Amino acid sequence: MQTTKEIIKLKDITVSSDGEQVLSGLDLNISDGEFVTLLGPSGCGKTTTLRIIGGFVTPDSGSVFFDGKDMAKLPPYKRPVNTIFQRYALFPHLNVQDNVAFGMRVQGKKKTEIRETVDRMLKLVNLVGFNERRIDTLSGGQQQRVAIARALANNPRVLLLDEPLAALDLKLRKDMQAELKNIQKSLGITFIYVTHDQEEALSMSDTVVVMDAGRIQQIGTPQDIYNEPKNAFVADFIGESNILDGIMHEDYLVEFFGRKFPCLDTGFDKDEPVDVVIRPEDIDIVPANQGHLTGTVTAVTFKGVHFETIVDFKGFKWMIQTTDYYPVDSIIGIVLNPEDIHIMKKSEYSDMFGDYSSYSDEFDELGNPEVDLTEDTAAEVEE
Amino acid sequence: MKTLSRVYNGIIFAFLYAPILVLIIFSFNDSKSRVVWNGFSLRWYEALFQNDEILSALWVTLSIAIVATIVSTIIGTAAAIGIRSVNSKLRRVLLAFNNLPMVNPEIVTGIALMLLFVFIYRTTGLLQPGYFTLLLSHITFCIPYVVLQVMPKLRQLDPHLYEAAVDLGCRPFTAFIRAVLPQIMPGIITGALMAFTMSLDDFVISLFTSGESAQNLSVTIYAMVKRRVTPEINTLSTLMFGAVLIMLILVNVMQIRSAPKDKRRSS
Repeated sequence: MQTTKEIIKLKDITVSSDGEQVLSGLDLNISDGEFVTLLGPSGCGKTTTLRIIGGFVTPDSGSVFFDGKDMAKLPPYKRPVNTIFQRYALFPHLNVQDNVAFGMRVQGKKKTEIRETVDRMLKLVNLVGFNERRIDTLSGGQQQRVAIARALANNPRVLLLDEPLAALDLKLRKDMQAELKNIQKSLGITFIYVTHDQEEALSMSDTVVVMDAGRIQQIGTPQDIYNEPKNAFVADFIGESNILDGIMHEDYLVEFFGRKFPCLDTGFDKDEPVDVVIRPEDIDIVPANQGHLTGTVTAVTFKGVHFETIVDFKGFKWMIQTTDYYPVDSIIGIVLNPEDIHIMKKSEYSDMFGDYSSYSDEFDELGNPEVDLTEDTAAEVEE
Repeated sequence: MKTLSRVYNGIIFAFLYAPILVLIIFSFNDSKSRVVWNGFSLRWYEALFQNDEILSALWVTLSIAIVATIVSTIIGTAAAIGIRSVNSKLRRVLLAFNNLPMVNPEIVTGIALMLLFVFIYRTTGLLQPGYFTLLLSHITFCIPYVVLQVMPKLRQLDPHLYEAAVDLGCRPFTAFIRAVLPQIMPGIITGALMAFTMSLDDFVISLFTSGESAQNLSVTIYAMVKRRVTPEINTLSTLMFGAVLIMLILVNVMQIRSAPKDKRRSS
């Protein structure tokens, strides 16, 4: 059991820019040695949160504590954190080893120590022998590794990573995910990682912080976030979800589509209106006469691992992921076991997500890192 | 058609450079005549370097060019960074103010500066027209050129470089020196070379802002010509032409060298 000493604490942070609220009343505690991911769509305030910890953004109100001490007056160059920037921000006029040595030279470390640390860092990121290489001769993945080595050479207590893999292609991204996780484990330092890629967040993190519209929507382990989403936004953002209106009659009993289902959830008022989440991969398809509900298949997409089948139940379309192929217009039944059903309280996000009526593959594209990155770049080069 | 265009080009270059060529040739003429060639000689160059009036003017010109270059490069670079950091609306206004002196007729700038200096001298006794007013006016008209050369480099700059340096422990000024300055250096050097050339070259503004006590070369030559044209002026003009030519070649080489690098970065 690792120590759960708190290393960073954000308290009631509020930030606005140009009259728009970027963060409102954000509270966040981060334990020492944890891999924490801030996850959310672009504009949700995740990068701003990271920049507040790094010292590049001063909140309008609220405080930042590091080891229990207020960091408000501490400029970035005095904070025991280092940042890996989205487009690496390597110094183009320096070669690989001078980039890695940059922080240590600023601190006036001894030459032998610098050389030893540079070699150790390059070994850590698998760039042995790249010491003299110019930055512009390196591939994107290699530049990413130099950026990691440069930040870690400063021996930070906390490493801040701002969408560090967004510019890499899929295969390289997967490799780097595993590598980053290994580096974090072997060094035992805290990683605070910003991404909009839910899969990345689930596979790397100890704790996921889901954010939207400047607020934290849910904090939890990847399993918690996926299996027990707190509201419709989280359920929809993390994975695919069918979200239905339901009535919670009593503990362990929910009604939707005019039918009562046993479930595992408790703690709701009697007959409270709720959101019901059913994950597409949890649904079992059976012959129509044996199902709890029957519906008509309206679309099928082959996704490799499974078929994404859209099924119409009384005008409400569900997504079902199944390895069996059911052609369009076939009538099927489904069985819902108590553990397949998750109940959430109604929230401002109710009725915004979870209906696949207008479903098309194009909606998937919105979550693609490439698309997001170009938007980002376009915003930055406004003139 | 091709021959025609060549002839046309030849005529244009002849019109442009024949006078300068004649001037250069006659600066080596072994006589006072400006029409008859009497053989090769360096006597006018010797005479030039014994002419105290010209030598002191040369000193004024060079020292002013150097000091004005250094000061205007520092101020211009700082101004460019400042202009870059404000919102785009204000930036456009500031850039317009920066560009105005470059399109403004020099004589207006010259007279305006003269009136300002005279006004200050009359009211406070400071800034007597002379070396210092000449220097101030040169710094003034050099700054816009530096700003204009540094701005594009700042636009290409990755804004996170400065943050990365600060993040790695640099204080703001060290971060600027270590991370930002090397990236915008080509622009700064080009700007400095342009400032130096402009300062060497200037006549109109200098005529109005220099006093009796300190005159630069162009003003001195103008005064000499009004009295009597001597071949020394040929030699002096030849030297100035050579110096400016070298400066311009340097500026161009610098720009060509930095161009392919920028292309690689933006791709």
